[in-house]
Formats: sequence, structure tokens, C-alpha cells
Amino acid sequence: MSTSTPLGKLRTNGLLWPIVALVALLVVNVIARPSFASITLRDGHLYGSLIDILRNGAPTLLVALGMTLVIATRGIDLSVGATAAIVGAITTTYIVAAPDPASARAAFIGMAIALVACALLGVWNGFLVSVLGIQPIIATLVLMVAGRGIAMLITDGQIITVNNEAFSVVGAGFVLLPVSILISIAVFIGLVIITRRTALGMLIESVGINPEASRLAGIRSRTIVWMVYVFAALCAGVAGLMITSNVNSVNPNSVGLWIELDAILAVVIGGTSLAGGRFSLAGTLLGALVIQTLTTTVYNLGIEPQAILVFKAAVVLAVCLMQAPKFRARFVRRPKPPTPAIRPTAPAPVPSKVGQ
Amino acid sequence: MTEAATAQKPSSTGAPVVEMRGISIEFPGVKALQDVDFRLLPGEVHALMGENGAGKSTLIKALTGVYTIDSGQIRVGGAPVSFARPAEAQAAGVSTVYQEVNLCANLTVAENILLGREPRKAGAIDGRAMRARAREVLTSIGLHIDPASTLSTHPIAVQQLVAIARAVAVDASVLILDEPTSSLDADEVAELFRIMRTLRDKGTAILFVSHFLDQVYEISDRMTVLRNGKLVGEYLTAELSRLDLISAMIGRELGEMDALARMTASHEADSSRVPTLRARGLGRVGSIEPMDLDVHAGEVVGLAGLLGSGRTELVRLLFGADRPERGTIEVDGKPVSIRNPRNAIAAGIAFASEDRKGEGLIADLSIRDNLVLAMQASRGWARPVPRRLKDELIEKYIELLDIRPANPDALIRNLSGGNQQKVILARWLVTQPKLLILDEPTRGIDIGAKAQIMKLVATLAAEGMAVIFISAELEEVLRISDRVVVLRDRQKIAELEGRSASVNDVMSLIASHSDGSTLERNAS
Amino acid sequence: MMSANVTTPTPATTSDPVAPVRKPATKGSLVPPRLLPVLATFVLFVLMFGTGAARYENFGTAQTVANLLIDNSFLIVLAVGMTFVILTGGIDLSVGSVVALSTMVAAWGLQAGLPAPLIVLLVLATGTVFGLLQGLIIQRFDIQPFIVTLAGMFLARGLAFLISAESISIKDETFRGMSGGAVTLPGDIVITYGVVIALTVLAIAAYVLHRTRFGRTVYAVGGNEHSAMLMGLNTARVKVGVYTISGFCASLAGLLFSFYMLSGNALHAVGMELDAIAAVVIGGTLLAGGAGYVVGSLLGVLVLGTIQTLINFDGTLSSWWTKIFIGALLLAFIVLQRAALRRRQ
Repeated sequence: MSTSTPLGKLRTNGLLWPIVALVALLVVNVIARPSFASITLRDGHLYGSLIDILRNGAPTLLVALGMTLVIATRGIDLSVGATAAIVGAITTTYIVAAPDPASARAAFIGMAIALVACALLGVWNGFLVSVLGIQPIIATLVLMVAGRGIAMLITDGQIITVNNEAFSVVGAGFVLLPVSILISIAVFIGLVIITRRTALGMLIESVGINPEASRLAGIRSRTIVWMVYVFAALCAGVAGLMITSNVNSVNPNSVGLWIELDAILAVVIGGTSLAGGRFSLAGTLLGALVIQTLTTTVYNLGIEPQAILVFKAAVVLAVCLMQAPKFRARFVRRPKPPTPAIRPTAPAPVPSKVGQ
Repeated sequence: MTEAATAQKPSSTGAPVVEMRGISIEFPGVKALQDVDFRLLPGEVHALMGENGAGKSTLIKALTGVYTIDSGQIRVGGAPVSFARPAEAQAAGVSTVYQEVNLCANLTVAENILLGREPRKAGAIDGRAMRARAREVLTSIGLHIDPASTLSTHPIAVQQLVAIARAVAVDASVLILDEPTSSLDADEVAELFRIMRTLRDKGTAILFVSHFLDQVYEISDRMTVLRNGKLVGEYLTAELSRLDLISAMIGRELGEMDALARMTASHEADSSRVPTLRARGLGRVGSIEPMDLDVHAGEVVGLAGLLGSGRTELVRLLFGADRPERGTIEVDGKPVSIRNPRNAIAAGIAFASEDRKGEGLIADLSIRDNLVLAMQASRGWARPVPRRLKDELIEKYIELLDIRPANPDALIRNLSGGNQQKVILARWLVTQPKLLILDEPTRGIDIGAKAQIMKLVATLAAEGMAVIFISAELEEVLRISDRVVVLRDRQKIAELEGRSASVNDVMSLIASHSDGSTLERNAS
Repeated sequence: MMSANVTTPTPATTSDPVAPVRKPATKGSLVPPRLLPVLATFVLFVLMFGTGAARYENFGTAQTVANLLIDNSFLIVLAVGMTFVILTGGIDLSVGSVVALSTMVAAWGLQAGLPAPLIVLLVLATGTVFGLLQGLIIQRFDIQPFIVTLAGMFLARGLAFLISAESISIKDETFRGMSGGAVTLPGDIVITYGVVIALTVLAIAAYVLHRTRFGRTVYAVGGNEHSAMLMGLNTARVKVGVYTISGFCASLAGLLFSFYMLSGNALHAVGMELDAIAAVVIGGTLLAGGAGYVVGSLLGVLVLGTIQTLINFDGTLSSWWTKIFIGALLLAFIVLQRAALRRRQ
């Protein structure tokens, strides 16, 4: 396939398979239930299954966007779910305790305080990774374990219910489309502009591809790595706001539970390698949609909702195997030889280390 | 000395215990070994000689089953073998001690010596018997340490000897020592040689790799010299002079030379002016001894010396790639503190590393991104290089350096070595450095690109840039340099005028006995 | 320390496997440095237990220690399996889900009327094969353990849900017998069969790690995989092996958990893999691999259990402090490990 055709282009930038998966899922749904594709306009709001997918997928998408940058620097952030819970806890606790708990002012101040706290959590993770040099998985595990405890501490172990219209807008509001997806899309667009119009994207990729060469070229790797963890925490924080606002309450034990895993999954499906380096924000967008559509499909087809986990496992494995050079060398026909042939008997550890 | 010296007849008796014939190994884009013959006789110390990239390590790894050969035949003890894993080579009596100690520092000394063939009792590892056996082996090589102690608690030199103990413990018929002495001091080397002689006298065939010529002449009986993946010849140590050895290792490649005009920078460096770079007492323990270096604007200073002489270590300190432990650096007469590459870049220093792949390329990024990387890094992420400037720079350097393909969006990983090197050069040239440091810029690239790079260096110097040039090929260094600094054993031993110096002058300096130099090293 | 005599049973049962390593103490220092982290955890445990004994009535008894073991027998087994994996420098996120799957398989099989011994074998086989497959994928295709076992985590829990989304209670006599049965030790200390099984697993694991080539290769791989390969050790077998062992331990822990809970539930043991990892790390095992002891992991579990017990006894501290304390401990140990590594370089 030539790279000049649109299809070839999608194939080279890795977006082909996520698109195929998404389209296939949508087709299955439409066949199973033709009303799936219908979108109706009521009271100036759009309704329909497709809109639901967008709305429910908004938090995952947001977290996945932050995760994309972290993964591009060869990192990972396991603490995003706990961060979302903490943000939800701070905001709702503030609003409930405010003198005017129904006012927009209370909602804004609450959210602002929560996001500042959330940025501090990102600073914390970034400090452990970039200054102390602790492996990202381990460094963020600390907050993953302790974070929900902190959220419970804030709410005093209660499930807090709020009644604040301004706050509800974040997760449940509509401006034709759900506000949550508008926020996520806005962050997506903003991120694409920032990473691709400034040099940020290139420097992140450079640090992820070859940290030593980047250091010798004078890149401030530490600052960049630190920055992406703060950004990931902020994304998680806003996602936490969406989730709590959507149900007008916070349960510190369940807000954003396992969202880090969905986010990692979305990033991987989108074609960004867990080994770091080049990242694709568009791929992550597609990946998040694939995951949400998969969930919806399972409900739509009347399969037991719990089976979703099995599907996710299958998708993770398939994608990772397809990305693994050793698997490709053995089972996948190579398209053309820009990548030099891998000698099947060549000792794996030695050349792979040279390459890093 | 003739270039293609014929192989000497061996004096040693007995059939070769290792015989390698017509060995070729090719890695993606590199012919690591081409049709190389090699043999090893029982009861000899055989030195394998060659510069970086000559193929020494590849040959050893082919023998020990780490790499598989593309063609050729290996015989051990007369029988054809093809080891798929190091374990198989060990089972056949071929033991290897690598340069970087390949043991597990978290295990005990006894385990490191015997793991894989540990004594057992009722199926379980018999710890007592294992320690006793380890002690025996250690004693036999004169090393008196507690076998139950953790390996990491011992200095590197002792770890190296433990690695040899492991090889000895199997009664190997072939012992391969790949640069075992690079981290040892004089006493430790003497100890190692005593052990080697003992083993040799018992009939073990020892393959020895070292870049210290004194050591090679002290211990080895015969030598095989490789260059650029090809066999140069096999010689008796006693019959090969140091000068001949060095010229065999470095090679003259006269045919290639004639293709290039002598291109010493025409610009006369004015040494009375303030030098662009003035380093005083620059040093780092275990890396290089404190030394001074001046480089003037418009001057090319070549660093000559063999691998391990300190040439790379010196420039890494200048650039802050390694942090200097002592000494001062001035740029244009102003003292600068260089603790990391960013300091150096800000001071106007640029550095193209010898390890292009590991320390230069961002393999998955395009030519465009790689080319502006250093400039972008110093501007910070928020101020991208304007599109128009970027395009101008790329167009300019693609044309100036004849980078192919001329497509700025091509991934740099898909370029040839020469073109990759040109992109790295361009990356630094766009930062308009005062001092350009090039470590082996011509290694592993084709002759055409080599000529282009040499010409570029001469032009840059003529335009007033200060350049430090490192190459394993002496001819190249002499041809381009106004001044040559000769290094040996991590010390500066001489400075020569580039134009008047000959390859022979430099070689005899490098080859001269380093009497007392190791003592000095210990003293400091 | 007043609690010193209370806690002696613990080291007595477990010091055996460490003995061959402890003997060759380096001259000049009392304890070889490699035992320091375990010792630190032990001191921590004693301090915490001592605090409890000093502050609360009925805390400083041998039975409290026994109860710690009873309430955490499954976690001990899980942590033992995890120790093998982490010693090689890997990680296994799937174990919590495998515990859930095991309880589900057991409950479902018993409900279907299969004999208890067959169920036990079936559960153990499921977990072992599950671990084996994960190990093969990690080793053969060189994919990060993190992502493979993450998929395993989804898969095992999903399978558990597919068996039944509802909790199934276990009424089988054998299982109930295991659950209610107890061994009385001298001094009227009562422990369950689960504790006996957990400590047996621990002893076997210590034996395997210290007295067999497989075990020493586990350490070698964690210390330097490339070197271990060049030393001629069978690193591939070990890498697959540790995940198989972890899978086996997870299914055994699942059985113990079903004795403990007497039910199968796909929502059992959510996040238990984090507890197991935390116990291993707090027990002094280096996350980068190559250093640590299963005894440390036991101590790690005991420390986690003591935190929980202390908070229960206190009554004024809310349960969420458990997580915060564990997180803080985790952080302290990780930073200490990092500092130790830096100094070594």
C-alpha cells in the first residue's frame, strides 16, 4: 500500500486499526439495534446512544490524553484514579461546607482549590520520577495506594451528595452536546496545538526515544518529565470533576476506579508504544472511543456487562502482541524492508541494549 | 613493514584447540566480520588486536555462541561446533571473562564461581561444599577472600579475578579474557598475569584482548590483528615491533588517502591571541589524569591515541557529558562552569559523540527534528524555531552537507551512517558554536561521506571555528589538524605540529614504553 | 521492649530458611548488609506491635499474632508468589483477580456437586496454567510484565464474572471444616489450617530460593539478567517459572480465601495485588530485583495486618488511615531503596 493514498497514510501513522475497530463496533451495534445510530434533538440537547458514548467516554479520554504524554516519556501514571477521587472529594466537601452551597461561586472556588491540590499531586509524582529517579510504576503506586485513603480522609469516609447547578454542568450539562465531551475535546485540541505548534511534542518524544542523546543535545529532560506528570494529574482532576458532577455525589472508593487502566489501554490502542517515544493524540482519542463503544456494545447486545473485562483483556493482549518486535518477527509478514531484517537467532539482549 | 603481512608459522606445538575459518557476520547495515580466520593453540597466550570496530568483540561472541555466524566454520578440539548459547560453549570448555564484569553482584562469591554446576546433596545445593570448592579455586589463583561474601562488597578488580576463578573452576581448555585489565592497577595486573601464566603452563589456551600495548607485549606469545572486520595477519609477538603492530592496527589505506587532497586548514591560527578554549588541570578519577588543553579560533586540534587512551574521556569532560572533578575551563578568556551539556552549549561548545546511535540520533524522529534539536533545546519548548527559519536551515544544510535523501521528513533511522553523521553535524552547526568537538565523526561511514566531512571541518576552521578532532585513523588526524595532542594511558604525552608531524612520529610516541606511567597513576 | 517475648514465635518458625545465609556474616559488622532491610521491617513490626500492646488491653498476646496470621494467611501466600516475581525484577498485577477467579471456580464447582479434592486440584491447575501462560508471553515475546499481567488481571476477573455475577456461598463440609478447623498450639494459641498451609508454603519457598539452582537463578536474573545468561544459567525457564509460581500461589491463596470467606465472588480481593506488592516492598525486597527474602514478605504482611489491627483497636482512627499509612510506608521503603542503590553506584 502506498503511503500517498489516504488509506496508506492512516496505515503508516497507525490510525488504521483503531478506526477499523471503531467502525466495526459501530456497525455491529447498528445491525443489532438500528435505533443505535439515531440522534434526536430535544430542548436544544442532542440525545442518542452515540451521544452517550461521547459523554461517558469523556473522563477516560481526558485521563488518556495526560497518560499519552507520560507514556511518551517512557513513564506511566497509576495514580490518576486516586487523583480523580481526591479532586472529587475536595470539591464536594468544599461546596457542601460553603456558606452558600448552591451558588456558582462555591462551585468555582471548590473546583479551583481541588485543581490546585491536584497539580500538587502531579508535582509530587514528577518529583519522585524526575528528581529521585524512581521507576514511574513504583513512584505512582504510592499515590495509587494512599490516594483513596486521602480522599476518604477528606470526606470523612462519607458519600457526599451536592446540589449545585453550576457544578452539575461540568458532568451533566449540555450545550447542544454534553459539556464533559466539549471539555475533553477542547483539551484535546488545545493539547494538539501546544504539542505540535510549539516544540513541546518533539522534545517529549526526543526524551522518550533517546534520553541520553537528548541530554547531550541540551534538552531539559527533568523539567519536561516533571511537566507531563503535572499535566496528567490535572487531566485526572478534571475527569474527577466530571465523574462526581455527573452523579452529583462523590464516593471516594469508586470515583475513577480502574480509570488508569482504561486510560493506558486507550493510549496503547491508539498506537503509542509503552516503550515511549512517538505519541499520537488522535490515536488516543480513537482508543478512548473504542473502549467506550466496546462497553456500550456489550450492554447493547445484552451480553452480561461483566464480560467487558474479558474483551478488554483480549484487546490489550492483541495490541501488545502486534507491537512486540519478537512477535512480529515470528508471526507477522513484514511489509517492506525499511526496518532491517531481524536475524531469528541473533541474541536479543545485546542488540536491543545497543539500540536504547 | 608490508601492509598485507603473511601469517607467521606458529612455533607452538600441537593441533589448534580452536580453529575458525572464513567467519562472516553481518548486522543490519554493518559487515562486522568478513571472511576472518583465527586459531588458538594449547598452552599459548594469544592477543587479539585491533581498534574500535575492528571486530574483536564480534569474533569472541561468535566463538562463545552469543552471535551466530553467517558463514564459516568453527572447530573446537577438532570437532565442528555451532554454539547456540554461551552455556553450550562453556560445556565445551570455552570460558569467557568479559570487559565489564559479567557476574551477578548481588550473589555471593561462591555462587558466582560455581552457579550452574554447584555441588549438591540430596538434590539441594550443598552450601558448605560449594564454599569449600570455591575456596579451593580461589586459592589456586591466589585470591584470598571469603567465598560467602557478597560479590558487590568487593572492588571491581577483585570481581574481575572472581570472574576468572569462575572460568578456571570448569577446567576450561580455552579461556577468553576480553579487556580484563581496563580497570586494574599495576599490582592487580601483575597478579592477573601470574595467574594467566600458571594456566598457560598447564596447557590452557588463552585468548587475550587489551588495548594496553605494554601488557600485550609482556604476556602474549602470538597476536592476531583485525581491522574493519577483516583479518590483517597473525604474528609471533617476539617478531612484531610495536610500530609494525600499530600500523597493522591503524592501517594506512593509501589508496583511499590519495583520493583526498591534503586539507589542513589554510587559516593560520594566531596563538598569541586568547584561546577559544583553555582548560587547565581538567581531570576525573578513573577517567583521565589532570591535563591542560588550548584550542584557538580557526585551529583544528587532533587528539591521537589508541582506544582507551583517554581521548573520548577528555572531550566528554569538556562538554560536561561527564562531570569534571577538578580543573578549570575558560572560553574566550572567560571562566565557565561546565557541569552538564547545557552549560557547555551555552558557552558555545558543541559535541558529536563517537556513539552516534546511542548518544546522537533520535532514531524515530525526522531529519528536520534531529537537525534543529540542539537549537530548539536551548530556546526552550515554548519558543519553537520559526517555521521559516527552520525551513531555511534545513534547506541550507541539506544542500551544504549533501544529505540524502533530501527529504526533511525522512526518519533519521532509515539514513545511511554517513548521512546520519551529517545530520548530527548540522544539528551542532546551526547552534553556531565557537568550539566544535568531533569524536570519531568518520567511523563506519563510506569514503565519499568521509571526504565530505573532512572538507567541511577544514572549511569551518578556515571560517574561524575552533575544532577538536578525534579519529582512530592517524592519517586522518594528521591530515586535518594544525596541532596534534598525543594521549596514552589517560595522559597527555606530547603535542606536535600537525603539518610537520608524520604518522611514524605519532606511532613511535604511542608505542614507546610507558615506563613508570602506571606508577604515576597510582601515586596521583 | 515488653513485646519481645510475645513476638518470639514468629522468627522461630521462619528463621530456618535464612540460617544458611546468615551464618557467613561479614566480619566487623553485626548483621550482613543484605539482611538490613528485613531487620528494619522486623524492628518496625516489633515497634508497632509494642505500641499496640502498650496502649490497648488484650493486644499484647500471642493470640493477637496468631490472629494476624489467620486474617492474612491468603495474603502471605500471595506475597510469597509475588516475591519470586519481584526478585526477577518483574511484577504480577493479576494475582488479586486470580484469587477472585479461584473462589468463584471453587464455589461454582461445589455448587455443581463436584467432590472437594477435585475442586482443589481444578483451582490450583487453573491458577498455575494462568501464570504459565502469562510467563510464556512475557518471556517469548519480550513484552513488559506490567502490561501482560494487566491483561491477565482483566481476564481473570472477567472470567470470574462470566461464571456468575452473583456471590455463591460455599456449603461443602470439607471447605467448612477447613474454615472452622483449628490447631491448638501450646499456650492455648489457636491457628487455622490456613495458617499452617501459608507457613508451609513460606518454608518451601525459602528452601527453593536458597537451596536450589532455580532459586539462585531467580536472584541472578534479578541481579543482572544478561550476566546470568552469559554465565550459562537457564534464564528463560526461570522467567516463565516465577510467573507460574505466582499463578499457583494466587490460586492457593484463592482457596484459603474461600475457606476464610466461605463464598465465591467475582468482587473478592479487589486490589489485593497492591497489598501483596506493598507487603513485598515493605518486607525489604528490591523492586529492581535481585535482593530480598520471603521472610521479609511475611513480615511485610504482618506489618500491614498490624496497621489494620491497631486502627481497629483504636476505634477513633478511621479505616482509611490504613491506606494512607501503607502508602507512607511504601514511600519510605522505596526512597530508602533508591538511596541505597545510589550509594552503591
